[in-house]
Amino acid sequence: MIAEIGQYALILALVLSLLQVALPGWGALKGDPVLMGTAGPIAFALFAFIAFSFGALVQLYLASDFTVLNVVENSHSQMPLIYKITSTWGNHEGSMLLWVLVLGLFGALVALFGTNLPDRLKALVLAVQGSIATAFLAFVIFTSNPFLRLVPPPGEGRDLNPILQDPGLAIHPPLLYLGYVGLSVSFSFAVAALIEGRIDAAWARWTRPWTLAAWVFLTLGIAMGSYWAYYELGWGGWWFWDPVENASLMPWLAATALLHSAVVMEKRDALKVWTVLLAILAFSLSLVGTFLVRSGVLTSVHAFATDPARGVFILGILTFFIAGSLALFALRASELRQGGIFAPVSREGALVFNNLFLTAATFSVLVGTLYPLALEAATGAKITVGPPYFNLVFGGLMLPLVFAMPFGPLLAWKRGDLLGVAQRLMLAAGLAVVAAVVIAAAADGSSVFAPVGIALACFVIIGALTDLAERAGLGKVSAKVSLRRLAGVPRSGYGTAIAHMGVGLCLLGIVCEASWSTETIASIRVGDSLKVGTRTLTLERMENRTGPNFRARVAVFAIREGAVAKGTLEASRRTFAARQMGTTEAGIRTYGLSQLYVSVAEETADGHVSVRASYKPRVLLIWLGAVVMAIGGALSLTDRRLRVGAPKPAARRPAKPEPRPVPAE
Amino acid sequence: MISASLFTAFALMTAAAALAVLWPLGRTRALKGAREADLAVYRDQLAEIGRDRESGRLPPEQAEAARIEVARRILAADAGRETVADPAAAPATWRRRAAAVAALILIPAGAAGLYGALGSPEIPGAPLAERLAAPPDRGDIAILVRRVEDHLAQNPNDGNGYEILAPVYLRLGRPDDAARAIGEAIRILGPTAERHSARGEALVVAGNGLVSADAQRAFKAALALDPKEPRALFFSGVAAEQDGRPAQAAAIFRRLAAEAPAGAPYLPMVRAALARAEAEAGPGAAPAAAAPAAPGPSAADVQAAAAMSAQDRSAMVRGMVDRLEARLTEDPNDLDGWLRLARAFTVLGETDKAQGAIKAARAAFKDNQEALGRIDAAEKDLARGG
Repeated sequence: MIAEIGQYALILALVLSLLQVALPGWGALKGDPVLMGTAGPIAFALFAFIAFSFGALVQLYLASDFTVLNVVENSHSQMPLIYKITSTWGNHEGSMLLWVLVLGLFGALVALFGTNLPDRLKALVLAVQGSIATAFLAFVIFTSNPFLRLVPPPGEGRDLNPILQDPGLAIHPPLLYLGYVGLSVSFSFAVAALIEGRIDAAWARWTRPWTLAAWVFLTLGIAMGSYWAYYELGWGGWWFWDPVENASLMPWLAATALLHSAVVMEKRDALKVWTVLLAILAFSLSLVGTFLVRSGVLTSVHAFATDPARGVFILGILTFFIAGSLALFALRASELRQGGIFAPVSREGALVFNNLFLTAATFSVLVGTLYPLALEAATGAKITVGPPYFNLVFGGLMLPLVFAMPFGPLLAWKRGDLLGVAQRLMLAAGLAVVAAVVIAAAADGSSVFAPVGIALACFVIIGALTDLAERAGLGKVSAKVSLRRLAGVPRSGYGTAIAHMGVGLCLLGIVCEASWSTETIASIRVGDSLKVGTRTLTLERMENRTGPNFRARVAVFAIREGAVAKGTLEASRRTFAARQMGTTEAGIRTYGLSQLYVSVAEETADGHVSVRASYKPRVLLIWLGAVVMAIGGALSLTDRRLRVGAPKPAARRPAKPEPRPVPAE
Repeated sequence: MISASLFTAFALMTAAAALAVLWPLGRTRALKGAREADLAVYRDQLAEIGRDRESGRLPPEQAEAARIEVARRILAADAGRETVADPAAAPATWRRRAAAVAALILIPAGAAGLYGALGSPEIPGAPLAERLAAPPDRGDIAILVRRVEDHLAQNPNDGNGYEILAPVYLRLGRPDDAARAIGEAIRILGPTAERHSARGEALVVAGNGLVSADAQRAFKAALALDPKEPRALFFSGVAAEQDGRPAQAAAIFRRLAAEAPAGAPYLPMVRAALARAEAEAGPGAAPAAAAPAAPGPSAADVQAAAAMSAQDRSAMVRGMVDRLEARLTEDPNDLDGWLRLARAFTVLGETDKAQGAIKAARAAFKDNQEALGRIDAAEKDLARGG
């Protein structure tokens, strides 16, 4: 009964999504306020029915109702509660339903928070949003129906893919989808603006929070995915340039570019056409990502199931939305009035620089990801575009971008003073050079990468702090006044500085991990030891343990530093009977920001175990940096002030003591 | 059929969906134009600049510049807007009615149509806990199996449990589990010919009809304990056949057919296998060209038959006999076919039809002395074995 109700709710959602396209669209065409007014209530109802349907599926998983094929294929009655819930989206059908749920959520949020939008724009935005919902609901219902039934029901399910039986599954997909699908809102706004043929600074003000929110979630989602891969796959790497990872990186890069160009548009009414194009590209790339992951073109952990019909269907959706929106763009872009002029050296100019490099970086990742696929389709040759390509091209594009990052926020709008900015960054640059020299001296000058990387990271972090210090007038006014000014810096200002600092921290982690990780691989027996860095690991014993739906073979290591015992560490391999599959559970010990990482392979008959142990200094900074970026974004999101770029730098005057104003609106 | 409670739920959901569309159609509201919305944003921006300036966060010159910029935007917003403020943009009642009618038709009809095509209202939900709590006579085999499994997890040395479970696994299409269960039974209860050959059979089914080395070992073990164990003999024959030794296979099948008690359920299969093996081996039989014309059970058939209950098995045999008969009616020039058909009818207890087949064979080969001789021999054989 619950399965059928869920199915019916999903079908009703499909019908409603069609109406969400037709009625507000018709209303916008005719300027009929009543018809346009249906957009909001339909969007709420659409979300409610999708949520109801999703809830039904969760309930089926909780109850282990094996009359539902999807539950049979991806669940096990002995799984812990949390995995029963998360297995709802730990499979193709369920994860697409989650995708649609998030889409419905964003539609409802636009309806809820869009009260300040003009009717026509809101109706058009929701109509475009509705068309995306129609396409994906149809995809779920016709090619990936999670509510298919099975008679007679088996007595036990086939279990969730063991790799996915991890708390990461509770966090990573929802965050990533909030990011992917959140970009649909900027996309809908862009398409609506193109249909209307007008776009202005107010438009940028309305789209800003959506882009920002999507970007924050995408950042966290990618970071979580990377950390999950790091500790679960047992290779100890944090980024593999795997096409699926690239699929999430591309929309992130495009969204980052969009975020920055939207600032220019909001404050200076410039870069309009470009911003609209980026909004289209960002969501298009997230559709490409969905296609790559869901169609089965790629086989990886993420391709739960492969079915050609699905691939063709998603390809159809992809073509329709990308080609359609780009065609619309080609038709209407010339009608958008340009505004706001600026000198090349200015805040706007810096943001254009940022956009150029981010777009080029996106393109380099796109080429590296799609070229092997295209080549295989055309000639049948299988090639892999691996880390060397990406490190060189992507890294090469990111270096100048990161170097320029501290300059941007210090430049004034409209026309800036590069020399003045450079002077103000002297301290940051000086400290960075000192750091480089110290590192080079300590590392015997064997590698240029580490000192340069560390220097760049320091420059970015200190540069971001310089921005805040400048805003507070540190050193120019009394400490008390500058403290007050610091408190008065808008949250978006803090957001920028913190997010940029996050980039620096992330870079710092990457450089440290790449330069100073030590790894030891050895085949040892119980009682043997191996050395990793300054620590000695002794395999104390191997033991068997039983989990709810798996058996584990656990290697227990004793850690010693010199002669001092420093506790134990456990690495294990789990075997899941239902799927006859195993997973590696790396043993990880965290020391501050550094980690000791141990993974074990299958035991041989004579009791030898292959052990891979590495010490990764400051590795946590990689993800911590991403989290800091997201915090910056979130801080900026809470700043609901309206932004107007005040041109022309002027001598600062002491501020009068006044409390911070309440945000406008 | 759709139950009353399910129907009520569907009706309520449909009504809610329709309401979500009809409710806003019933409201009258004024258009919130782009101009007002834009101006609201710009007014807020102006107010904010004023506040920033007063609090000293924005120097007066900058504030003034920003104010001018916003003013410019306001003018631009005004200029671009004349076309939109269109008096015809009033809500029209007919449009509202059309939308309402469309919603009232499309929502129930669309949902019912799609659900009719996709839904399975006749299947009740069955949460695991409920199934486990239900009395065991409900015929929920999967749950019975699960109960035995749970029992065995607690009492891993209950050999009888495994013995009971194995054939059920085989019927449920889980031959690997079946083989494992019999293996456990052998471990606990000790080996018998019957158990070894049952395990071998499960392995054959798991291997899609192929008698693997593992399975052969199991059958050898069975025959070591009881050289007459029919199942082990049969599969040894199949193994010989698959290894390309049809003559040996035919010998095994012949012996099995001769030793079988009258009316043994496996006889038709043995005879069919024998005919096939003979056809492959015998120089007297038709050459290679005839081989496809005399299809015995394929590996898949054997596998299916092994996994079936006696009743299902005879249904499968029945189907094969019918196919054979149909083919011979079309093309009667197949002596082996007729003889096989006659044998099959005899086994199925339909002696009249067996006689009919013999008669038809005689009619088809009335000019062929050698064939007639074989038919006579077969008739005698059938009368004896029947």
